[in-house]
Amino acid sequence: MAEIVSLAEAVGRAIHDGDTVAMEGFTHLIPHAAGHEVIRQHLRDLTLVRMTPDVIYDQMIGAGCARKLVFSWGGNPGVGSLHRFRDAVEHSWPGPLELEEHSHAGMANRYVAGASGLPFAVLRGYSGTGLAAQTRNVTEIECPFTGEMLTAVAALTPDVTVIHAQRADAAGNVQFWGITGIQKEAVLAARQSVVTVEEIVPSLDSRPGAVVLPAWTVGYVALAPGGAHPSYALGYSARDNDFYVAWDAISRDREVFGDWLREHVYAAGGGAHGGRRASASDRGPGIGVRGGAGRQDQ
Amino acid sequence: MTVNGSGPADYTADEIMTVTAARSLRDKMTCFVGIGLPSEAANLARATHARNLVLIYESGTIGAKPPWLPLSIGDGILAETADSVVSVPEIFNYWIQPGRIDIGFLGAAQIDKFGNINTTVIGGDYAEPKVRLPGAGGAPEIAASCREVIVVVRQNRRAFVEHVDFITSVGFGDGPGSRRRLGLTGAGPQKIITDLGVLEPDPQTLQFVLTGVYPDVSVSQVRERTGWDLQVAANLGQIRPPVRSELAALRALTSAVAATEGAR
Repeated sequence: MAEIVSLAEAVGRAIHDGDTVAMEGFTHLIPHAAGHEVIRQHLRDLTLVRMTPDVIYDQMIGAGCARKLVFSWGGNPGVGSLHRFRDAVEHSWPGPLELEEHSHAGMANRYVAGASGLPFAVLRGYSGTGLAAQTRNVTEIECPFTGEMLTAVAALTPDVTVIHAQRADAAGNVQFWGITGIQKEAVLAARQSVVTVEEIVPSLDSRPGAVVLPAWTVGYVALAPGGAHPSYALGYSARDNDFYVAWDAISRDREVFGDWLREHVYAAGGGAHGGRRASASDRGPGIGVRGGAGRQDQ
Repeated sequence: MTVNGSGPADYTADEIMTVTAARSLRDKMTCFVGIGLPSEAANLARATHARNLVLIYESGTIGAKPPWLPLSIGDGILAETADSVVSVPEIFNYWIQPGRIDIGFLGAAQIDKFGNINTTVIGGDYAEPKVRLPGAGGAPEIAASCREVIVVVRQNRRAFVEHVDFITSVGFGDGPGSRRRLGLTGAGPQKIITDLGVLEPDPQTLQFVLTGVYPDVSVSQVRERTGWDLQVAANLGQIRPPVRSELAALRALTSAVAATEGAR
């Protein structure tokens, strides 16, 4: 049954050194504030799982939280490379990073298997690519009905899944909408979960297309308004595209990255609002003032 | 660079590439769109000759109608203008896998003469690459299961190689029969559209050959920027330059993105 606690308490109680942690959100609703809390709590040796390890995992990898990354696309969406990720893979900085790599379809089905309580899922995928040879979690399987050769992928069952949602109610029921990605499956596949939310309301009203995770499927709920920034929460904030562009220069250089981390993550302290402070507008001239902010209202 | 005026329209190599890619899409097609050049071309098609083109992004937005170019596949504008927004497992399992989608529109870091694509690693070996690229994303299954695939990529010797360093997404594998043996249900890549012209697979060998060039582009120029012994179709065509309305629509799209993105 969900407990409503502070972000620092949720992360402190749910995540431990060496855990397998999935922080999901497909471009929308990425749990940045929770990622920063993981960095502040100096968690180490994590196996980080995420379909699209973008800026938040770049920050966590650069901060030294990760031992291994399980993923299907590691880039800065629409901008280019993740420089901290590349530095870890190409130069083992700040430490070596083991990779396990999949396609999106494979990762999605691995979460589905985990959420379904099955050891594996079946799909048409990976065939002819170089991906299957690099992991033991992908193999061929013969269809028992048609004899057709298909692909099996092993279930993903993270120790902890962390997501960001628009709302929870006072009982800890969680609601999110817009691009809902893989979050439902990721929470149901995990043994423990943390959900940060834009707001906690007395009771949830019904919304078309919304996903509701009942309180008894969730471990901890923590209030973190703006906690997706620079990603966004539909109806609450707009994607800060300028930040994603600015991240390219910040992350290119180890020292500049270190300064950024000190100023925007470590100095930001705990609390619910950590994610908001690291906005592109703080970066000074040339970055612009949250140019993305008006987009979703148009 | 003028759009109005009486002389022939001026355009850049990227603009004629995007316009040519847009023209390859017909109205009412369903099109699975990657971000970057494919998204630019698909949105241009929707703004010009293919107003009912169905754009599908891997974030689960089906029938998105963005009034400007999204920076990412998950921009809010895609969800807000979509006919339907579905989960990530659903977009891959229900929509791509059964072959429901006409065209998969992909980019590439490296591509070989059989249209196999690498977006994973360059140089060294897999464990210790010289360059680590973002990886597969949705591309392997898009390349496998969409009815047809179109690749948009700038042409140079680094990208157009004899053998890709890693096969992320399969084109025609190692030639005729490969796709059937691998159980890939779609027809595979039908066009590579570049900033020099268009390559299409030879029906017998399935090797990509040059079938069209842009005005003022020579065959030797294209060969120089290709890492394999590029063959030229007997009926090599010259591709029509962009007309003013196409250029105006493209520039309106790209300036709309600039206006909404401030620093970009």
